Amino acid sequence: MSTEVHEPPDAAEADEIAAQTAAAAAPEVIAGSLGEYARIWWARVRGGESGALPIVLGLVVIVVYFQARNSLFLSAGNLANLMTQAAWIVMLGMAEVFVLLPGEIDLSIGFSSVIGATFTVWLLQPPHPAPWPLAALVGLAVPAVYSGIQGVITTWLRLPSFVVTLGGLLMGEGLLLYLFNVFAPNSGGTMRLYPGVLYWIEAGAMSPLAGWVVMAAAVVLAGALFVVRDGRRRASKLAAPPASVTALKVAVMAVAGVVVVLIGDTNRGHFLTVVRGVPWVVLLVLVVLVAWSFLLGRTRFGRYVYAIGGNAEAARRAGIDLSRIRVIAFTLCGLTAGIMGVIYASYLGSVSDNVNGGQNVLYAVAAAVIGGTSLFGGRGRMLGAVLGGLIVAVIYNGLELLGLGADAQNMWTAAVLLAAVAVDTLARRNRPSQ
Amino acid sequence: MTDAPDGQMTDGATAGQAQPLLRLAGIGKNFGPVRALVGVDLDIPAGQVTAIVGDNGAGKSTLIKTISGIWQQDHGEIIWQGRPVRLHSPKDATDLGIATVYQDLALCDNLDIVANMFLGREPTRRWQLDEVEMEIAAKRTLADLSVVSVRSVRQPVGSLSGGQRQAVAVARAVMRKAQLVILDEPTAALGVTQTRVVLDLITRLKSQDIAVIVISHNLSDVMSVADRLAVLRLGYLVAVGPKERFDAESVVDLMTTGTSRRLAAQPAETSSGSPSEH
Repeated sequence: MSTEVHEPPDAAEADEIAAQTAAAAAPEVIAGSLGEYARIWWARVRGGESGALPIVLGLVVIVVYFQARNSLFLSAGNLANLMTQAAWIVMLGMAEVFVLLPGEIDLSIGFSSVIGATFTVWLLQPPHPAPWPLAALVGLAVPAVYSGIQGVITTWLRLPSFVVTLGGLLMGEGLLLYLFNVFAPNSGGTMRLYPGVLYWIEAGAMSPLAGWVVMAAAVVLAGALFVVRDGRRRASKLAAPPASVTALKVAVMAVAGVVVVLIGDTNRGHFLTVVRGVPWVVLLVLVVLVAWSFLLGRTRFGRYVYAIGGNAEAARRAGIDLSRIRVIAFTLCGLTAGIMGVIYASYLGSVSDNVNGGQNVLYAVAAAVIGGTSLFGGRGRMLGAVLGGLIVAVIYNGLELLGLGADAQNMWTAAVLLAAVAVDTLARRNRPSQ
Repeated sequence: MTDAPDGQMTDGATAGQAQPLLRLAGIGKNFGPVRALVGVDLDIPAGQVTAIVGDNGAGKSTLIKTISGIWQQDHGEIIWQGRPVRLHSPKDATDLGIATVYQDLALCDNLDIVANMFLGREPTRRWQLDEVEMEIAAKRTLADLSVVSVRSVRQPVGSLSGGQRQAVAVARAVMRKAQLVILDEPTAALGVTQTRVVLDLITRLKSQDIAVIVISHNLSDVMSVADRLAVLRLGYLVAVGPKERFDAESVVDLMTTGTSRRLAAQPAETSSGSPSEH
């Protein structure tokens, strides 16, 4: 056995060892067996490195509560509806992760995303609509540049990003009003998104067959990646996760995929119409999640983003160009917000100048923080933002089903946000060091 | 203190041997009217631990910052492997093979050991971080240093003890082919056990033929690990030589007064040129 793996002579000692290692070494690389993996994982949860578990548990509790209050909550129709509702919150949450990780914040994306979408929708106006890829590209580029500029101001002038992007928020609200005056002076502040590819992101769905094919392909691909990666580690005599753990992971992904496709494929139409299939937006969110997780977890850029959030001075001394990484992070945040803007326009079927961009960005920060991203930088994952965004969306959706309005929704979201931060902080106090 | 010392003590340790890895010749550094370093001559031989001791304000920090390229000297020459070099930036020093481990260690607590050791120079493979290559190299370096009790190189550095953190910082320097490792107060914040870990680490560095400079206040640590001692006082190098020529009392004398009666019995070993007090 290598020094990595510790044979547990008896359960008590193994538990002790696990507790010491709670240390957050990913259990994948220390555990020798499924049982040991579970022990180390549990020790980490107790030690405050809880990962996704409390988020998922919180989600389950909230779902059970709403289902108990209104049996329609878990109906296929509502769940499919929930997917389309959650998509924009999730996307904006992922955007915020890019800037929260290096210890910054971007408050402007609530408005800049809609500014981007306004360009997109304007370009698609009849009678001479631009090609949709061009319109979408402009919709992504505008917020990307908008956040990028704020990143430049933040790093070059060494101003707090909170203040710079607060300015960006106010500026964005003004720009949005201005744009509507220029693009659509007689529209009453609303521009319609006419049916087309972008319109069908939210309103359209994959055929049931396509849903199954995409789901199966995603699971098989992920499984193959795990196997190849572990194989390379084993070939180099490094500790790799036990096969049982990998199998379990793939199984969980497969179950989640099957559930989503089953929900999507249940007929949610009313009366004579048949509506079924997984909404396209789910695929879009999945693709963005995978791409951004790869970027943060597997590339130098991602490593530097975490390093800056952990200890900017250490990163600087290691020769990392802090300004460059920060500006790129802001730009990617804006780009992701641009995707959200297009989704948002697709969800509403229009863009409007009275969008509540201030509240939307706070939902995004809430999604990221509920999902385990630290406001102080250095900790957090894209997957967390997706789960956190789901929680925000579930509260939103559930309270609407109960006939409660914006007052209750905001208060509930606030309570969950506080609870998430409190749980995270309390768990972190249990950590062995720091 | 206006007059320069008439004759610095030459230390016999490296005389007659092959050239030292690093030679400081007449290094002087002024900050405005303050003379932080005056005519410091010091040889740093490979494979030996040179401890630099001195009271606060003696010039220890100025000296290592000059060697590590943070500040440029006003007088004198830095000679690296027989060639005069000019260090304009910390990068110049790092490129030569001079690594400085500062007290704050400059580690990212949220990243694991491997990530910290490779920070800023990660190998990539098809745009991806080559985690396998990094992990192998990190484990090998840590094993060469006999770093005890790191259960997994995938532990975040924030979960390590003080001694282990020091070890990671040193291992990072070694992995980058450092030939001279400068440790600034490596045991200052550590308990007894952890201090032991770091002292062992220094011994391991020496055995790999790496030159080590240790700055420390702790004389017992210095005495247990150093081969050579250099005593600074008010910017002057007042004594330098093999450890055996000193004892705790004479070092304290030298640090505080610039001379030691205990060493006076062995005239060749003390500096006649200690700064005179007016």
